[in-house]
Amino acid sequence: MNLKANNISFSYTKKRPILKDVSLSLKSNEIIGLMGDSGSGKSTLCKILSGHISHYSGDVTLDDKKIPDKDFYPVQLIFQHPEKTMNPKWKMEKVLNESWNPPQDLKNTFGLKDSWLTRWPNELSGGELQRFSILRALNPKTKFIIADEISTMLDAVTQVQIWEALINYCRANNIGILAVSHDEELLEVLCDDILKFDEINNL
Amino acid sequence: MSELPWYNKGLFSSLNLRQKTILTIALTALVLAVIFICGYLIDANLPTNFAIKMKPPSFEHPFGTDWMGRDMFIRTLKGLSLSIMIGLGASIISSIIATILAFIASFNDYCDSVVSWLIDLFASVPHILLIMMISIGLGKGAFGVTMAVAFTHWVNLTRVLRAEVMQINTSEYVALSKRFGKGKLWIAKEHILPLVLSQIFVGTLLVFPHAIMHESSVTFLGFGLSPHEPAIGIILSESMSYLAMGAWWLAFFPGVALLIVVLLFDIIGDNLKRLVDPSQAND
Amino acid sequence: MIRMGDVMGKLLEVNNLSISFTQYVQGLNRHDLKVISDLTIDVGEAEIVAILGSSGSGKSLLAHSILGILPYNSHVEGEIKYQGNILNQELKEKLRGDEICLIPQSVNFLDPLMKVSEQAIGECKDEKEHDEKKIKQREIFAKYGLDESVDDLYPFELSGGMARKVLLSTALIGDPKLLIADEPTPGLDKKSVDETIMDIRKLKENGKGVLLITHEIDVALRTADRIAIFYSGYVIEINKVENFENADNVLHPYTKALINSLPKNGFNLTEGVQPLDVVSGCPYWENCPIRSDKCEKDIPNLVEHDGVMIRCFNFEGVNDES
Repeated sequence: MNLKANNISFSYTKKRPILKDVSLSLKSNEIIGLMGDSGSGKSTLCKILSGHISHYSGDVTLDDKKIPDKDFYPVQLIFQHPEKTMNPKWKMEKVLNESWNPPQDLKNTFGLKDSWLTRWPNELSGGELQRFSILRALNPKTKFIIADEISTMLDAVTQVQIWEALINYCRANNIGILAVSHDEELLEVLCDDILKFDEINNL
Repeated sequence: MSELPWYNKGLFSSLNLRQKTILTIALTALVLAVIFICGYLIDANLPTNFAIKMKPPSFEHPFGTDWMGRDMFIRTLKGLSLSIMIGLGASIISSIIATILAFIASFNDYCDSVVSWLIDLFASVPHILLIMMISIGLGKGAFGVTMAVAFTHWVNLTRVLRAEVMQINTSEYVALSKRFGKGKLWIAKEHILPLVLSQIFVGTLLVFPHAIMHESSVTFLGFGLSPHEPAIGIILSESMSYLAMGAWWLAFFPGVALLIVVLLFDIIGDNLKRLVDPSQAND
Repeated sequence: MIRMGDVMGKLLEVNNLSISFTQYVQGLNRHDLKVISDLTIDVGEAEIVAILGSSGSGKSLLAHSILGILPYNSHVEGEIKYQGNILNQELKEKLRGDEICLIPQSVNFLDPLMKVSEQAIGECKDEKEHDEKKIKQREIFAKYGLDESVDDLYPFELSGGMARKVLLSTALIGDPKLLIADEPTPGLDKKSVDETIMDIRKLKENGKGVLLITHEIDVALRTADRIAIFYSGYVIEINKVENFENADNVLHPYTKALINSLPKNGFNLTEGVQPLDVVSGCPYWENCPIRSDKCEKDIPNLVEHDGVMIRCFNFEGVNDES
């Protein structure tokens, strides 16, 4: 499969455009890094690719077809702050199952402990919550993962653990990853190829 | 930090703040329940005894007697119980209206502007005027008053809920839920409702005292319950004719009793708010 | 055995500090949540000490505790000394803003309705003091390249880089001896991170002590003289920054794992997660490759070994080689 963004432009206010004619292409089983500073608009691009923002110009296609909006979206975004992506009144089990019910061995691979499932989100640390939000995004219908600074808030040991698990699963299941980060060293370890955000954004 | 906060000193020092809050709520609710049940069990047609008419308060008749020799304490109790019933009905209906409107407002921009317009409309007309009009329109009586109070008291709660729902709707977990293919109704029920439930609950209780006060006011003015019903408003308006004769107890005790009931509901509402509001919960 | 804190000339000494919170969990149960356990650390003059721990692990509470701004449902044990004097609430309130200053994370800590120069100057008794401080403020702003037009700006008008310089200058007005930088870098671009690190290192050259609280190992490595590793509420190792170049030179197995997991050092995987609840033994017991039965039951003390502070039974009771 092939995820393509063609000539994406976007601005929050008329005066200040954030994205101009951004194009990129991502294949299944490919891990592409996108490097850029915070505040440069990479998060906005991530939201457009994953269907969180709809009023942009240009188009996003999956195998040259528009992505239907109503159903499960095949391009899933993982955010930097997992605690904001979880309903505080839901236990972790419900949070995870909102997307799908992953098999036990996959939970083990991501280091999810069964005792965490009955906890509330505010009882777990950022690293533990991020494991949930990654696993939640790996629904069988997911074809591409957009990972927006997913390990920035985590310690280095946890960073390795979650990336290892994510990349192994995606390689095995033919899922493409766009890894977005400001950390060049990290992207060099993870990715097949690195794009510089400033170079693809024609501002 | 090592110093004990004020609430940990004295009588209830063995209880923590939350236990104390719940104790307060339970005791207050008990008092209200006793008033309500007593009033409910009393027969509305009290015996008249002209031999003891217009007696000031005594041990036999703690609130005195009226111009027909009826015990004012029993009349007050009956009146309060009726007020609580109407207040309960009115605040539950108004909260249901508020919840429905808040969710309608979140549906799209057009719905939101309609709801906002409704809020502004109802907020700009004086409550008491609106209550009188609706009450007359619906033929007065208990039904008319309950509906009139309900249809005027949803405004504040709607405003709060609308803002709350709007904020939840912009959260990342709702955005993700949509990407997981969940529908608007599902999100409203599973994501938003659990987060605003406590607010609806507290809102209902905080409307309660207003509802009771307004019910009594319109009844007092003659636009609410009919004169043969033993409501506090009726008792107060009747007592007006006798105040000049020095029969102060006819107005004083029912009035104070009404005030106390209103305050009790306010205490429950405030304490519950403290209990469910996470920003204050750990204080 | 000489403990590091006993050495003369220490600006800040924190000894066996524990911070816990009383929290209401489900229903009526009150629950004591221990966030910092038995923390011992010290900062000397002209020294930068970093506390490195995962974000949300509660290390910021150390800063709040030194400044005396903990919420009142917290419970503190242990002692904090400033220049040899025990820092009680009264002294904290006297010193903060003057001798001890916080460099906050973002402009959100500034009053949005006040010009930045006035915020830097702060409260004054009379006109004379205000004028004196005004001169001082101008001096410091100028030193960080903020010209006079910046004085009259409001916080929202500052660009990111300017905002950082304003925050730093504001902290320096009272000529503090000790600065606490709480997560000064997240969300900054590469250039700003470099500048922040330079600015903090410059403070050291001016003889100031800095306590740097961060979750970014890269920032800690480039800024600090010594790094304290914060794991599950405990400080498990305090080591000189040079030793972090190579995993063989640090002592604790978690510190080794941390260094080996860096992208530049091979991105090596180590299994295991930090325990969620308070454990009776060593917090790293579950994941430790060199554990013994003793580690499951008892918590090792933070002891000195070869000039390094380490919390591990493998080093406790072992004689110093020096």
